Amino acid sequence: MTPAARRWLVRAGGVGLLLVAIALPWSVDAYTTSLFARTLVLGLVGVSVALLTGLAGLPTLGQTGPYAAGAYASALVAMHVSSVGVVQVLTGAAAGALFALLTVPLVVYARGVVVLMITLAIGELTVTAAGRWTSVTGGTDGLAGIPAIQPVWGMAPLASDRARYLYTLVVVGVVIAAMVMLLRTPAGLLLRASRDDEARTRASGHRVTGYLAVTFVGAGAVAGIAGSLLITAQQYVSPADFGFDVSALLLLGVVIGGAASIGGAIVGTALVIAVRDWLSGLLPGYAPLLLGGLFVLTAYLFPRGVAGFSTELANLVRSRSRGRTGPGDRPGTGIQGRPSRGEPVGAAPVSSGETR
Amino acid sequence: MMLQAARVLGPVDPYLIPALDGVAYGLLLFVAASGLVFCFGVANILNLAHGLLYAIGAYLAAALLDGGWGSLLLALGVGTLAAAGAGGLLAGLLAPVARRDHLTQALLTFGVALAGGALLVTAFGPDSLPVRIPAALDRSVEVAGHRYAAYRLVFIGVAALIAVLLWLAVAKTRAGMLVRAAVDDADMVACLGVNPARIRLGVLGAAGALAGAAGVLGAPIIGPAPTTGDTVLLLSLVVVVLGGLGSVQGTLLAALAVGEIQSLGVALAPTAAPFLLFAAMALVLAVRARGLPGRFLRLRPGGST
Repeated sequence: MTPAARRWLVRAGGVGLLLVAIALPWSVDAYTTSLFARTLVLGLVGVSVALLTGLAGLPTLGQTGPYAAGAYASALVAMHVSSVGVVQVLTGAAAGALFALLTVPLVVYARGVVVLMITLAIGELTVTAAGRWTSVTGGTDGLAGIPAIQPVWGMAPLASDRARYLYTLVVVGVVIAAMVMLLRTPAGLLLRASRDDEARTRASGHRVTGYLAVTFVGAGAVAGIAGSLLITAQQYVSPADFGFDVSALLLLGVVIGGAASIGGAIVGTALVIAVRDWLSGLLPGYAPLLLGGLFVLTAYLFPRGVAGFSTELANLVRSRSRGRTGPGDRPGTGIQGRPSRGEPVGAAPVSSGETR
Repeated sequence: MMLQAARVLGPVDPYLIPALDGVAYGLLLFVAASGLVFCFGVANILNLAHGLLYAIGAYLAAALLDGGWGSLLLALGVGTLAAAGAGGLLAGLLAPVARRDHLTQALLTFGVALAGGALLVTAFGPDSLPVRIPAALDRSVEVAGHRYAAYRLVFIGVAALIAVLLWLAVAKTRAGMLVRAAVDDADMVACLGVNPARIRLGVLGAAGALAGAAGVLGAPIIGPAPTTGDTVLLLSLVVVVLGGLGSVQGTLLAALAVGEIQSLGVALAPTAAPFLLFAAMALVLAVRARGLPGRFLRLRPGGST
């Protein structure tokens, strides 16, 4: 399969998924629709995780931090200031970006597994703070009775699950489209360059740390928007929405989706969340056990994610037909023949496939 | 006598007991977190199942302790061995993905933590369990005019002893020398003919033993409950972030600081309490500027920033 054909296949798949997503609320009941709305929200957080993990090379377990900041800020705005969607989304974005701005000095000088550790601590501390700061967050009881949203001024409040789902879909779509367009500019290229060879990018006169800081704040804003959408979809928020299990599930979804791919992130996250909800309905009480098994299996079977796996397969087929082996056939090895710090999963073969 | 003590200590007096609690809490965190430091510093593994190892010890303590000294020794032995075995098992599970990136290892160990936590809840039930400490220690003693739990005083002594033994083991024994060498340059140690798989097994086993012992001894302080694993993992991670990987002393200082923040900090500034750990982390990282990540990265040859 040529790269061009692959690209067309991915595009066709994307359009097909979008059509399914639009048609969905007319084919399932209201409860399932609201579940899918929440899945979309987590998918958007997954996209921000993928932006950091795959594209910036900062693997994160802490995007629940800006996600929570955006959610609580939007909830407070919805309860006391305005029920207009635009205001809430912007509030969420601002709160998420501010949270990221405050934590950026902790993260941006570190790389690889240290980032994973620091962000994990940040995410966990956020949950602890949300649980204890009762006067603002409602403590572990959470904030309930959040009024329904009206997308823009003068519109009627969204009363049905279907309407809220479609609102969520539209906002998620707009944010992802904006991100994809931004990443196609030279800024996106610089980010990839910083990830692939930081020393050389620095030597070329680029301020890698600055780029990473901007990306981190941007990813915080995206997670903050997801937080505001959570308020819309769920009309309730509590610290349980931002627990350690959520961060880990997001990371799993992003790794399954191929880490460096925005579309893969949303599909992978949706898949993982769907499996979790399906499992907990099917075998109540055994969901954590089976999910744990799923994590272990994923680590063994798809070290580069499903998307990375398919690229590897494509590379293998192509190199067989040409009678030689390509550079993408040795999974998990950096330039020095060992995993380099912060090496993104599933990134190298994609770029090598495009340059050929 | 009591009045006299209160007069001498003056304004410090109300904070004496929280401060002592902080020492007990800090030493518990030190014993629990030092295993994580070894995993990370020596074997370069981010072990997200570390809290599970503590939880194993704590649950076994709740199941075995019956109020006598014998049961405490039994629980300590069984808990330490079981957690060390779990650590060894984890090393075996990690072996196939040893050369892959950290993300894979994090996913794997998190999966083990999730499944193991679920198994513990299945075996011991979803409620937090009471722990029966030896009857001789189940009373309070007088400390500077205050009543204080005897168990915690004894715990402070025992944990301090463990800290000293650990420092001696790292500083004076051959195994400790290997550990320090692996922290400095893991590749060179491998070149010298020490099998990395054996280092991984030894480190994860030792980390499990430390966490299991902490779980048994600390069960009356951080008791067995479904959230125990997460709590211990989080606090240990904060200790590692604050203390760095350089030394046993650094870990000890960081653990004591976190312990004091969690008890004395809450007593001094109840409204700011939720954010104190954040603030401490930010402060330490700001004071050291790039010192901490720099030290982490120097573990990897070629990892210049």
